Amino acid sequence: MSSATVVEAGRPGRTKPATMAQALGRALRDSMAEDPAVHVLGEDVGTLGGVFRITDGLAKEFGEDRCTDTPLAEAGILGAAVGMAMYGLRPVVEMQFDAFAYPAFEQLVSHVAKMRNRTRGAMPLPITVRVPYGGGIGGVEHHSDSSEAYYMATPGLHVVTPATVDDAYGLLRASIASDDPVVFLEPKRLYWSKAAWSPDSPSVVEPIGRAVVRRSGRSATLITYGPSLPVCMEAAEAAGAEGWDLEVVDLRSLTPFDDETVAASVRRTGRAVVVHESSGFGGPGGEIAARITERCFHHLEAPVLRVAGFDIPYPPPMLERHHLPGVDRVLDAVARLQWEAGS
Amino acid sequence: MTVQELPGAAAYRPTPPPAWKPLTDPAPLLPDPEPYRVLGTDAAADADPALLLRLYTELVRGRRYNAQATALTKQGRLAVYPSSTGQEACEIAAALVLEDRDWLFPSYRDTLAAVARGLDPVEALSLLRGDRHTGYDPREHRVAPLCTPLANQLPHAVGLAHAARLKGDDVVALAMVGDGGTSEGDFHEALNFAAVWQAPVVFLVQNNGFAISVPLAKQTAAPSLAHKAVGYGMPGRLVDGNDAVAMHQVLGEAVARARSGGGPTLVEAVTYRMDAHTNADDATRYRVAEEVEAWRAHDPIRLLEGELTGRGLLGDDGIEEVREAADRMAAGLRERMNTDPVLDPMDLFAHVYAEQTTQLREQAAQLRAELDAERPEQENGR
Repeated sequence: MSSATVVEAGRPGRTKPATMAQALGRALRDSMAEDPAVHVLGEDVGTLGGVFRITDGLAKEFGEDRCTDTPLAEAGILGAAVGMAMYGLRPVVEMQFDAFAYPAFEQLVSHVAKMRNRTRGAMPLPITVRVPYGGGIGGVEHHSDSSEAYYMATPGLHVVTPATVDDAYGLLRASIASDDPVVFLEPKRLYWSKAAWSPDSPSVVEPIGRAVVRRSGRSATLITYGPSLPVCMEAAEAAGAEGWDLEVVDLRSLTPFDDETVAASVRRTGRAVVVHESSGFGGPGGEIAARITERCFHHLEAPVLRVAGFDIPYPPPMLERHHLPGVDRVLDAVARLQWEAGS
Repeated sequence: MTVQELPGAAAYRPTPPPAWKPLTDPAPLLPDPEPYRVLGTDAAADADPALLLRLYTELVRGRRYNAQATALTKQGRLAVYPSSTGQEACEIAAALVLEDRDWLFPSYRDTLAAVARGLDPVEALSLLRGDRHTGYDPREHRVAPLCTPLANQLPHAVGLAHAARLKGDDVVALAMVGDGGTSEGDFHEALNFAAVWQAPVVFLVQNNGFAISVPLAKQTAAPSLAHKAVGYGMPGRLVDGNDAVAMHQVLGEAVARARSGGGPTLVEAVTYRMDAHTNADDATRYRVAEEVEAWRAHDPIRLLEGELTGRGLLGDDGIEEVREAADRMAAGLRERMNTDPVLDPMDLFAHVYAEQTTQLREQAAQLRAELDAERPEQENGR
């Protein structure tokens, strides 16, 4: 685990700035080149290259049978992917936007998540469901939802979300290679974030399910993932001026959940704030806070706090800045930790 | 100022749109106005005697299976059983038209089709007995898990058939659904995908008149369920679902068409559910005895038996022999179902993920401890 304060560490070799979108596209390409069973399907993934251009060039390189424009029907896309996986393929499904994935929810929870269990291991479904999620891009309604809590509540699914260019490549490769279904949440706000990244020596990621400490600190731990990681890193830098030395943990995987890394960090710092965009009530933060309390109660100097989106339907774009947790809201929570501790 | 007075308005002429023509001629896709029949018509004389006898044997066996499974619900051996009595011709024909390499995607009512395809009669009842969600390896007989969500399995059939074709295998998927299931969104999406992809799939709708209690007239406003095919660009076939020979012929043609690259077909079998939706349902609340009696006169076994005896292919001894064989099957099923299945509670955690998560390992340890704590009580005979 690195104590680097920079989210995007440079890599040795031929590195140049690359975006998360490029790294995701490269991960798809490399997976398809390596394994002929990998098929990409979804609305607009072929000729157009996806509305975010993640699948750009795949249909040309691998043919329309491997990167397939489907009819506009999310349940049909995922349902067909189930049958394809039953016949030995490894489908990678693109759901165009977070809220567009909801029509496929029944296929996901009733079949994708359950087939291994239902058939007692005889028929695992190696499906990756790519879902661009989260706000901050000025999208109108149904284009900015944070849907991770729904997926986390479904046993049988892995739920992962990268926050760095490195992880975007490595986690997507790992997800496609996994014999279990993975909901791969892509923080679309970070699609155009850049980092020095070498496609020639791409990252190897630890098995799905490991969190990583992005910044070491002693005063408190910020626990976050995906689009909120840069916010937390910025907050941690700013907190230095107040004399607070914050640790930042990037979960990377929401299911499975890395209790060990989170608990070890909070035991060191004694204080924790969970930060995410999705609604607080019934959201991932409640589960994470409960886990921390169960494991670290005697180490805690203050209650575990949550900084989350409001419990409202995602607001129209001209108001979203009020909804999304920003640096100030994170720092306010950190200040409350200090107050609760009586300092 | 009026519109005509605007500068340049006099020169404006609306341009006609580019010529429009339909993508596909709908006429060849339309179903016949009447359900297709063989038994009782001149065409019946052409039917292969060996096939007739095979169908008859399977129909009788299927009905006996339905009766035995229903009896097992009364003994508390099955949690629930949705009988397909009256629909045996659809079930048996669906199983018999497929080659070994083909796949069957049954609905929850299609246990008979799965058994006719070769599944162990006890393993096929696992879901309904409540010991396992799926009692068999789907790959062994190429039968997808019998499951309870409606129409969800149809897009699976499309995806599997599509994948097989991409791999160069001439595999056909036959997917079964009831009349109620045709109202589900997944029915629409599956048919649309299959037609666009020209996937080798046969959709078999068993229109048995009711979705639990809701009659077909409240389910659809279409002229027939087979008519729905036209809108997707695939042929729709309407067939008498109680005529085993007609069912076998129509499904056989659809399978052959799919296998040769001709794309999907929607087959509507017009039949009737003689029993209630399941043993837990009271069908007298929503249908009248006269209707049931009218369908009883059009019983699939009697229809075929009439043909066989009329042509001198089957006598009283033969009928008796078939019945006795079916009784032996039922006795074997009853005997095996009277044994409690041995289940390991630790299996609860065995197949959630390829590798157990930390959280599941903790929960498995908790259950293990609970089981260990229970054991001394059992050993003390308490």
